Amino acid sequence: MNTPTPISAQQDGGSASLLGGLPHQGGGRNEDLTRFTDKIVVENLSIHYGSVEALKNVSFSVKNHEILGVIGPANSGKTSFLRAMNRLNDLEIATHTEGSIYLNGKDINREMDAEEVRKKVTMVFALPLPLPMSIFDNIAYGPRRHGTKDKKKLAEIVEKSLKAAFLWDEVKDRLSSSAMKLSGGQQQRLCIARTLAVEPEVILYDEPCSGLDPISTARVEEAMFELKSRYTQILVTNNVKQAARVGDRVAFFLMGELVEIDTADKLFTAPKDKRTDDYITGRFG
Amino acid sequence: MCFYRGSMNDGFPPTLEVQGRPSFFRGKHAGMTQDGVRRPTLTTMRKIREFLIEKIILLDGFACILFVLLIFFFLAKDGLALFKTFSLAGFFFGTLWNPLAEPPQFGIVPLLLGSLWVTLGATIISVPLGLACAIFIGEIAPRWLREILKAGVELLAAIPSIVIGFIGMTMLAPVVKIIFHLPTGLTALSGSIALAFMAIPTIVSIMEDAITAVPRNYKEGSLALGATHWQTIYRVIIPAASSGIVASIMLGIGRVIGETMAVMMITGNASVIPKSIFEPVRTMTATIAAEMGETVRGSEHYFSLFAVGLVLFAITFAINFVADMALHRKRK
Repeated sequence: MNTPTPISAQQDGGSASLLGGLPHQGGGRNEDLTRFTDKIVVENLSIHYGSVEALKNVSFSVKNHEILGVIGPANSGKTSFLRAMNRLNDLEIATHTEGSIYLNGKDINREMDAEEVRKKVTMVFALPLPLPMSIFDNIAYGPRRHGTKDKKKLAEIVEKSLKAAFLWDEVKDRLSSSAMKLSGGQQQRLCIARTLAVEPEVILYDEPCSGLDPISTARVEEAMFELKSRYTQILVTNNVKQAARVGDRVAFFLMGELVEIDTADKLFTAPKDKRTDDYITGRFG
Repeated sequence: MCFYRGSMNDGFPPTLEVQGRPSFFRGKHAGMTQDGVRRPTLTTMRKIREFLIEKIILLDGFACILFVLLIFFFLAKDGLALFKTFSLAGFFFGTLWNPLAEPPQFGIVPLLLGSLWVTLGATIISVPLGLACAIFIGEIAPRWLREILKAGVELLAAIPSIVIGFIGMTMLAPVVKIIFHLPTGLTALSGSIALAFMAIPTIVSIMEDAITAVPRNYKEGSLALGATHWQTIYRVIIPAASSGIVASIMLGIGRVIGETMAVMMITGNASVIPKSIFEPVRTMTATIAAEMGETVRGSEHYFSLFAVGLVLFAITFAINFVADMALHRKRK
């Protein structure tokens, strides 16, 4: 499932330094070699908002170039986990995070800047909310902030990103009109294109299709499949069927606990935990 | 209701429980509270109430316009009376304001320039300070500091303008005099500084509201793309709040241009054409306030002050109009 494509091999050119960049790993622990295919490693992650414990001691890993579906009822900690992934939780004053998240073996909270993390791990939000500017400027926003000034290059990035998000044909004639005028589905694909423009390594989706009609949803999912060859994607969704359709592996969260994580086939056909079975068969949640 | 009563009792026996009516309707009103009777009455009552409320709101709306028109009418009536005896050109282009001369001179240019200098100076000082303050309070300050700062800004707004004038006269003017080696500290600059402090609370509180009203998702969307906090503020939050920011600046300018007491005390009140901001000036408002008490009602001088008021009205109207235009263009 996770056989690296040639592109991924290129992107992971830092594999050698990766080993050196893992000071927390003992030299003789062979099982750690499996981490080469792990894009993200979450270790004993707990998140508190004030006195509420949103995530309880969760550990798992996300493989390179997979789509990890995350399902669970409301208040299960899915979104908290996503927001921890690109450090948006930093914005909340009352959060307290324990444990570590490693991206390419680097601790995102201790060894990286928030901006660096957010550039590599971008997020597509539940409500497609373009920035209040033109379509072009929306896509070019990220690259511009990271120092790309050349107009030709920006135009290239915009075209490439819009094409990758299946939006180019619909908007190529009106790039300078306001992004707020697009339909909901188009706005969501614009938001995906916007995140692609900063050339991330991981894309997080926070219920990206919750406000979309089935056809727009299908197009967004199509885009996700298309992006698989280049990006690691984490999809938080309330729609169990969507997780089954799109996810390579699926994680089930309940009340801040990670109940089960397995390949989509196994989780949906033969779940190990009874609570997972109850949830996916619709007995609660 | 009485009209229906007889026929109701014939057609519909008062079986209240069957019709789902609460039992407290039983008794002497039982016959009146049948469905067929009560409902139309209720809707009519409602309709009347709706009608009345709508009309009252409509009247309120028109009242505001009416007041403005009335004020404008009386101002114009007395102001334009000046031009029966004094030339229009002499008023607008005359460089001398001296009502006591023989013949009296009512050239508004020195007063206009006085107001312009003071307002310009105050705007240049208050807008950057206010913007920085609003950004800090709205975006950067931790919550506890935010509350303290907001209270402080509101307190600044609560200081009576006469007190600011008083402090400006006794504390600020001597300092300005020493720093710039001037013969007197009562200059347009001192007035600008004092007025800037009066405009800042208005500017900060409205600007801060505009900044905090920017949807959180814009901020998160920008941050999630790896932009820094300052890039987010500068590229997303300020543009998104721009209409509120423009409005706050305009209201600040409105406050400054209409301010009377403080400028009268601080700016020196010399009705000469100022060559720089370091000279004493006299604003339009200060002229009206200072001279109105000495005029004879119905005299040329009296009318001239109304004419000055009319010009002031036109200027503030123009500022509001421009601000409105800016807001609407932004919204498109």
